[in-house]
Amino acid sequence: MAEIKVEHVAKTFGTFAAVKGVNFTVDHGSFFVILGPSGCGKTTTLRMMAGLELPTSGRILLDGEDVTALPASARDIAFVFQLFALYPHMNVRQNIGFPLRCQNYPRAVVKKNVEETAKLLRIDHLLERRVGGLSGGDRQRVALGRAIVRRPKAFLMDEPLGALDSEFRRLMCGELRELHDRIDATTVYITHDQLEAMAMADHIVIMNQGRVEQIGTPQEIYDRPSTMFVADFIGAPPMSFLGVEASLRRGDRSIQIDGVPVEMPEVFEDRAEGKFALGVRPENVSFADSSRLRGRVIGAEYLGTTQIVTVITANGQIKARLPSANPVRVGELVGLALRPDRLSLFDANGGQALSSALYAGGRHG
Amino acid sequence: MAEVALVEVSKSFGAVEAVRDLSLSIANGEFVVLLGPTGAGKTTTLRLIAGLERPDRGNVVIQGRDVTAEVPADRDVAFVFQQYSLYPHLTVYDNLAFPLRSPARRMDEKTIRRRVQQVSELLHIEQKLDNRATALSGGEMQRVAIGRALVREPAVYLMDEPLSSLDAKLRAELRLELKRIQRELGTTILYVTHDQIEAMTMADRIGVMSEGVLIQLGTPREIYERPNSAYVASRLGTPAINLIPAELLGSDRMPREARTAGLRTEHIKISSADRPGPLAQVHWVEHLGDQNHVHLKLATHSLVTLADPVQELKAGDQVSLEFTEPLYFDQAGNRVGTDGAGGRA
Repeated sequence: MAEIKVEHVAKTFGTFAAVKGVNFTVDHGSFFVILGPSGCGKTTTLRMMAGLELPTSGRILLDGEDVTALPASARDIAFVFQLFALYPHMNVRQNIGFPLRCQNYPRAVVKKNVEETAKLLRIDHLLERRVGGLSGGDRQRVALGRAIVRRPKAFLMDEPLGALDSEFRRLMCGELRELHDRIDATTVYITHDQLEAMAMADHIVIMNQGRVEQIGTPQEIYDRPSTMFVADFIGAPPMSFLGVEASLRRGDRSIQIDGVPVEMPEVFEDRAEGKFALGVRPENVSFADSSRLRGRVIGAEYLGTTQIVTVITANGQIKARLPSANPVRVGELVGLALRPDRLSLFDANGGQALSSALYAGGRHG
Repeated sequence: MAEVALVEVSKSFGAVEAVRDLSLSIANGEFVVLLGPTGAGKTTTLRLIAGLERPDRGNVVIQGRDVTAEVPADRDVAFVFQQYSLYPHLTVYDNLAFPLRSPARRMDEKTIRRRVQQVSELLHIEQKLDNRATALSGGEMQRVAIGRALVREPAVYLMDEPLSSLDAKLRAELRLELKRIQRELGTTILYVTHDQIEAMTMADRIGVMSEGVLIQLGTPREIYERPNSAYVASRLGTPAINLIPAELLGSDRMPREARTAGLRTEHIKISSADRPGPLAQVHWVEHLGDQNHVHLKLATHSLVTLADPVQELKAGDQVSLEFTEPLYFDQAGNRVGTDGAGGRA
């Protein structure tokens, strides 16, 4: 277990700034996910934590000790890559034991640790097998075994499930999280897959263009996205935005959309006339004949229990997640009801969320 | 008229029977998705139609012509693979034009230009025609790969997990786009995937495969609401259908042969513990963002259902369950129902 602090860390490659002053703390025992689109700087950040890249500026602390300039080998951490690089000519036992043999541990210690690790990963029956004949899942377990056999302070994983098919990925997600809990590890995990992040993380940091957009629990990030980028990146389908021009006063509890007042969480700041975006998640939209907020149905995607219905309004497209039992006709005019206490309001220039009863309330609760 | 028909086709590789006695007919303009886990025989089915494999038994018919003995080039099919295999040294335009420039086609450059232009507009890559194929994003590359199949206007498109190498957001976008293009052009597509969302949202009909056998073929709604077996029922739906012993439901309206009850979210109503119905305990609530899953304990069995966004539940809560029209399966896993075994409601 370890606490990892990343302080004002930046990394420039030539003229390209890959990471632009990133701050976060990974708590003892936390499963911490760095999430973002490709090119957001997440891998570079992880590689600096591992000691595979030297930051251009900033500090990295491992349990309070400044390790910024230490090479990877001098940091007590293990790195798991996307492609499980196993030694094909060795069997499972030799692969898992390799890091210990390299450090000249006594034979008996290697044997004991390898067997414990294999048991933990439930591959103890495969120890004498060659890795070449193993299934993808078992190979991935062997790769994990090689990382955990040293019992390092922390694990850094770079999309370790990226190469697996989706069904299997979901299974491994559960296994990884369970393993993390069993060995009381501190794990930093990189992915671009929001479902993986949501399912596994205690905390998520969302990165975009070298910067941190938001840090929080999966639920905080989903319910109270601090920027339009986060709102759009998280959720399948993502949050919908209705564009409005308005001026806002502290204490406002509704906003005019196309002349129709729409209830929303109380706003905690004053804003001059400008462009805003009202954000709503698909499950917080329903159809209501009585609503004066109208739109036309342009598509419905059947998903079994639910369907995703796309409605075009004068202020933008809205996606609604509705029970499949509700019949919906393409072309039909519908009234829309938005769940008032779950709406986000963003400054359309810059994309920052405004402070409101939803956002401020959540931070304390 | 059927564009493509497989008639009692079987194919083995050594001792493994990859496809067993498969019959399937795809109508003109239809989008059929074969859904199944790895090793179900989906890709082999596509390869049999393309002519990349020769069946051991049975026939492949394309546009009324028996093509079983024909080589791929004579079959008028286009194949889109999972990995976009573009020519890296060519521009997007030349990649798209490549199949049309085949000497066998004798198409003039003017016609080629028109076709490439049309297809690139359809795929929203008309701005990128002069780019090198390698200077594109993943989503654009895959669109070019699909475009290269589209320029040819074959009798049928065969697509093998064309979206699976893309990230979630892009996959969702291309899913909608592919369906739109298919509708606009009225093309015939046989599409293979293990992603149930792709199958549900794009298919006119889904064929569920397992171990080389086509288990059920029907519209997404039929497959989801009236699966013919517990296997098919468990292939579709998130969270997955709960299969529990039928007697736990305490219902007097279940069919006599029923051994297993299948419960999806829409079959389970959660109310406060003072209401009638079997009691269950909330084990935990899993927050997955848009889908919050409630894990319930009913006797010794766990049930997973979607959380109602307005219902506040927390671990430890006692609740009462009500089951509306669940699915029932017999000893062998076949569906039995008050609506006739596996039949229509």
